Amino acid sequence: MRTPLLALPLLSALTLLLAACGSQPPAPEQAASGVESRTPGAVSVESAPVTQVKPETFDAGSIAALKDPRSPLSKRSIYFDYDSYVVKDEFQSLLTAHGKFLSANQKMKMLIQGNADERGSREYNLALGQKRAEAVKKALALLGAREDQMEAVSLGEEKPACTDSGEECWAKNRRGDMLYTGEF
Amino acid sequence: MKFNRLVLACAAGLALCSVTARAQLTVEITGAGANRLPVAIADFTGERIVAQALASVVRADLERSGLFRLVDAGTALADSATPPFEDLKTRGADAVVGGSVVPGADGRYETRVRLSDVQKQTVLGNPAYLHSGAQLRATAHRIADFIYEKLTGEPGVFSTRIAYVVKSTGRYELKIADADGANDQAALASREPIISPTWSPDGTKLAYVSFEAKKPVVYVHDLASGRRHVAANFKGSNSAPAWSPDGKKLAVVLTKDGGSQLYVVNADGSGVTRIATSSGIDTEPRWSPDAHFIYFTSDRGGSPQIYRVASSGAGLGSPAERVTFEGSYNVTPRPSPDGKSLAFVARNSNGRFQLALMDLATKQTQILTDSAKDESPSFAPNGRMILYATEIGGRGVLAAVSSDGRVKQKLSVQAADVREPAWGPLVR
Repeated sequence: MRTPLLALPLLSALTLLLAACGSQPPAPEQAASGVESRTPGAVSVESAPVTQVKPETFDAGSIAALKDPRSPLSKRSIYFDYDSYVVKDEFQSLLTAHGKFLSANQKMKMLIQGNADERGSREYNLALGQKRAEAVKKALALLGAREDQMEAVSLGEEKPACTDSGEECWAKNRRGDMLYTGEF
Repeated sequence: MKFNRLVLACAAGLALCSVTARAQLTVEITGAGANRLPVAIADFTGERIVAQALASVVRADLERSGLFRLVDAGTALADSATPPFEDLKTRGADAVVGGSVVPGADGRYETRVRLSDVQKQTVLGNPAYLHSGAQLRATAHRIADFIYEKLTGEPGVFSTRIAYVVKSTGRYELKIADADGANDQAALASREPIISPTWSPDGTKLAYVSFEAKKPVVYVHDLASGRRHVAANFKGSNSAPAWSPDGKKLAVVLTKDGGSQLYVVNADGSGVTRIATSSGIDTEPRWSPDAHFIYFTSDRGGSPQIYRVASSGAGLGSPAERVTFEGSYNVTPRPSPDGKSLAFVARNSNGRFQLALMDLATKQTQILTDSAKDESPSFAPNGRMILYATEIGGRGVLAAVSSDGRVKQKLSVQAADVREPAWGPLVR
């Protein structure tokens, strides 16, 4: 589910607003829980405190870092070329961060969802999305993630992030998304 | 020419109108055969008593096939009456149909039909049908099937059903409708995508892929009871179901062993066997009608092309036979019911995805459409028409084209995307 990521700027604004009212309780315990409910409404309540974590308490390996916009772990998408399932070099550092995180947090599980643009056969695109998800999974395994921590599945062309036609939009849909426990 | 059943139904005062208006598939003929047989379908005597036109449904069926040209019969004609042959000759009809609807004592009706050759002035057949008032359209389709078979030598498909998926905002519905788009009913509604519906050979079940579990899972759905079971839900993705001709097995694509690969499972989900191996993508399996081969799409040669393997898995380990060679993208193989040709989707050099038909003996390939986003071809059970999904004005519609490319139809639902068509088997 991408909603929590997209919702962050809005939530930050909301948090500021609430803080200005002086009624926002500090909630480091909630922030550490990490596990979200599936409904966007509940997610936003739990996400808000996360953005309040102070710089001195920031830990790159902590679960809170998954949502911290300053951490590479908050980035969850790998983009692919047309008809390709090769992970491009520019995503290596992002995959390294996630691989290390999974290795350090062996109780965390990850669902990797592969996606494809709308052109061509739905079932072939489903297989293409699967190849993309598996390429991400393989890269993470090489970086220390365990096989049983990860499941690679495909949504094919069925769940586009962008619904217009044209290369700019299609490029956003040729994608592998990494979701952690509680996010799927 | 537009056949909107709604207009007919509403004119007849059916209360159903408001219920079905939103989702009705509308069929529009956009091309017809070159040598259409001129045929006169007279109004049946007594058909007014059932408050719904019968002969008009027969006419719409025959006209939609693209093989007939309708000639005005001039007047109603009972099955027992001798047709006015000289007058019909002047009108240019080669065949004429008359009939009568007679109410029985049990509240049902008997509809008797006579099909005659106008030139020879002989009777070609006179079947009779017992039916309820609610079965009037079904009876009309059976009459159209009878006329079609008598005059063309091939079985008609007017009594068959089609399945398709309608996507509206945040909602996916797997629909079943008559072949003319009437009587649509939802077999399944979901907030998550539904793809790849396919009919069991006996027409009682659909296999399909649903994403309701946040990943693709294959289900088998019994249409009469509405009950369904999981046919394949392994780690990873499960997709592309295809029924074996005997209806006992499904070819499916699983990723449990890494990569999208071909397997066969029993229809109840038991007994998984692998039938092909590649390091790339293998998907979209389809049995040949004789059950000997499974056609599929694979990128094992570097680009997606169509291949076939022995369905027994006997060829496991030996190379699959490549079927398509022209172009860099040939996908979605669909063998014709007689096994002699193969429909598929080809991407041309301009990036257009078009419906193609290959003669499997000569490998001659004909492009059947001039659209750009064709997907999911599905043969009518008599092999005469191919139903497929395409896009017009940014909206998903269904279209059908005859296997010679001449007859063309468009089937659309107002304000919704229609996709993933599957033509059901012949009704016996």
